[in-house]
Amino acid sequence: METRQDLALSIDDLTVAYHEKPAIWDIDLDVPAGVLMAIVGPNGAGKSTLIKAALNLIPRAAGSALFHGKSYEAARSLVGYVPQRGSVDWDFPTSVLDVVMMGLYGKLGWFRRPGRAERELALGALEQVGMADFADRQISQLSGGQQQRAFLARALVQDAQIYFMDEPFAAVDAVTESAIVNILRQLNQRGKTVLVVHHDLQTVAEYFDWVTLLNVEVIASGRTDEVFTLENLQRTYGGRVSTLHGGQLLPASAP
Amino acid sequence: MSTARALNSEDRRVWLIIAAIGLASLLLIPLSQALFGLRFTYTVRVVALGGSLLGFVSGALGCFAVLRQESLLGDAMSHAALPGVAIAFLLAGRELGALLIGAGIASWLGWRFVVALLATTRIKQDAALGIVLAGFFAAGIALLAYIQSIPDASQAGLDHFIFGQAAAIIESDVRLVSGGALLVVCLLALFWKEFKLVTFDAGFASANGFRTLVINSLLSTLIVATIVLGLQLAGVILMVGILIAPGIAARQWTRTLEQMVVLAAVFGAFAGGVGAVISALDSDIPTGPMIIVVAFVLVLISLALAPGRGLLWRRLRLRANRRAFAARSTLRDLYRYALAHGAADAPVPDAFIRGVGDRRAALGLRELTSDGFVSLGNAGWQLSQSGIERARRDFHNQRLWESYRFYAHELDLPIVAEDREGEIESLLPAEAIASLEAKLRERGA
Repeated sequence: METRQDLALSIDDLTVAYHEKPAIWDIDLDVPAGVLMAIVGPNGAGKSTLIKAALNLIPRAAGSALFHGKSYEAARSLVGYVPQRGSVDWDFPTSVLDVVMMGLYGKLGWFRRPGRAERELALGALEQVGMADFADRQISQLSGGQQQRAFLARALVQDAQIYFMDEPFAAVDAVTESAIVNILRQLNQRGKTVLVVHHDLQTVAEYFDWVTLLNVEVIASGRTDEVFTLENLQRTYGGRVSTLHGGQLLPASAP
Repeated sequence: MSTARALNSEDRRVWLIIAAIGLASLLLIPLSQALFGLRFTYTVRVVALGGSLLGFVSGALGCFAVLRQESLLGDAMSHAALPGVAIAFLLAGRELGALLIGAGIASWLGWRFVVALLATTRIKQDAALGIVLAGFFAAGIALLAYIQSIPDASQAGLDHFIFGQAAAIIESDVRLVSGGALLVVCLLALFWKEFKLVTFDAGFASANGFRTLVINSLLSTLIVATIVLGLQLAGVILMVGILIAPGIAARQWTRTLEQMVVLAAVFGAFAGGVGAVISALDSDIPTGPMIIVVAFVLVLISLALAPGRGLLWRRLRLRANRRAFAARSTLRDLYRYALAHGAADAPVPDAFIRGVGDRRAALGLRELTSDGFVSLGNAGWQLSQSGIERARRDFHNQRLWESYRFYAHELDLPIVAEDREGEIESLLPAEAIASLEAKLRERGA
């Protein structure tokens, strides 16, 4: 039996409303530690909202989220976050290394400045995402995929237990996609829990061992081979799935 | 501001510009004495000092307004200060400290009003800023008109807060402004890391346990304080200019926030000092506009000339790119035609190659000729030995990239970004190239 401690994330009755319309409704979600989980659902299903509400970035109408059994305030150092790439101004005057070091600001706390140790950690993270040569590059010179990898490196230096990634695969090149997948698997092998807002249904079964299907409410959540079925997808996306993808999306019967 | 390391080229460039600005300031003193007969009396020195200090601090803080895309918020906040000046005068008389406190309160209220409008109504940001700016400023003008109708000599000069008037500044004013400026700069240094993080990525800051609401409020308060400190000198209407112009100019030359803020402070100090001195020539010249004119010249020079971001530089680079592209594609056309007609050095008819690429071909042929890659004989264009060599290398490079795209995963090669104009052999280790070449031979066989 799983105790609450074994759960990396436990969300209860979480509801968020924009302008009186619920964006996510009464979410109950338990994510066991050590899984690589995709959050999938149609546009406007509240995938990003779910992550942001869990991380206290937007106000909740109701509900709670526990991280390894602790409240967010108590568990902050356990949580790593990769926001959507489009959420920042990439013409900001700073270098790639500097952006990565921002991942350590939280540990440094108020007033303390990053030093040599932080620099080394940041360089290590850039190495991991294959961007070591870009350390001194200005961020405005990066391609979309390189921006995404810089963001990923910034999350890696946080050395968290649970990672929340908001569409890391959105509009990236093939090189970046495979780099990100490699990183996700490495994190997973080190026992980290990774939650990824994901758009490409074709790759869900290949990349992730756990999946949550979301459309304002949680439609289904669990092991990919059990939950990622055509029936559940149709309940999530409403009819459109089968006509778009045919029988390809039946991983329950596939090897 | 990370760790100690060698100066990079941008750091050197920033220091060079700072030195140039310092030199220009020194030269301006004898120059203005000779040309305008300006005498650096005690008053003029006080005014110059006040202008430079103000420019320094608003240049530094203004970078954040520019980067947060809140320039118009700064404009609304400075206009909103005017009724505060008037009410403070009615309550406390003509005492600069009191007037500035009044200005600060009104400006802060204007800012909260904008925030409240955005949070509670569906009014968009530009409309909220516009209405607060106009409403507060109008109230200020109305109050000033009322004050001027009171038969009391002491209100004289209150309308200087509209456009700013350096000539009215006295030493105690400068002392007040410099005290405030020092405080603002110290707080900026103290919260540097936090301001930087929140300005770049507030969501990430919040997820890392920083109280973004507190940091944002503090930063906005510092910007309000800077605006208030500059009101007497620059005036409510143009204060936003001295806030943002140095930052805009400095951004062109710099690559890091540290460089940008330092350079903006120096630009601001220069514009503030020079503008204040010009306006001190005659009490009819308002100070605000003079400072902005100087700052605007700095902006124009920076937009035009800065390496990397400047318009001139970009135009030159565009032209170089166009030439390189024309040369490369023309070389490919020549090589392919020649191979199809016997050998790599087979002549290519002029009409054919111009027909393929029209103007691009003309440009490309000129480039290739001057590089010695091709020459025009009787039968047409003929590739030289070095031209053939270059074309082969390019062709091979393209094939390797293609192979990399297909087999990188299968061969478990290191990940590099695909850049077809770049040399793949300089990006991958030798054994990786060898394995790609093996794949090419396999496929060719």
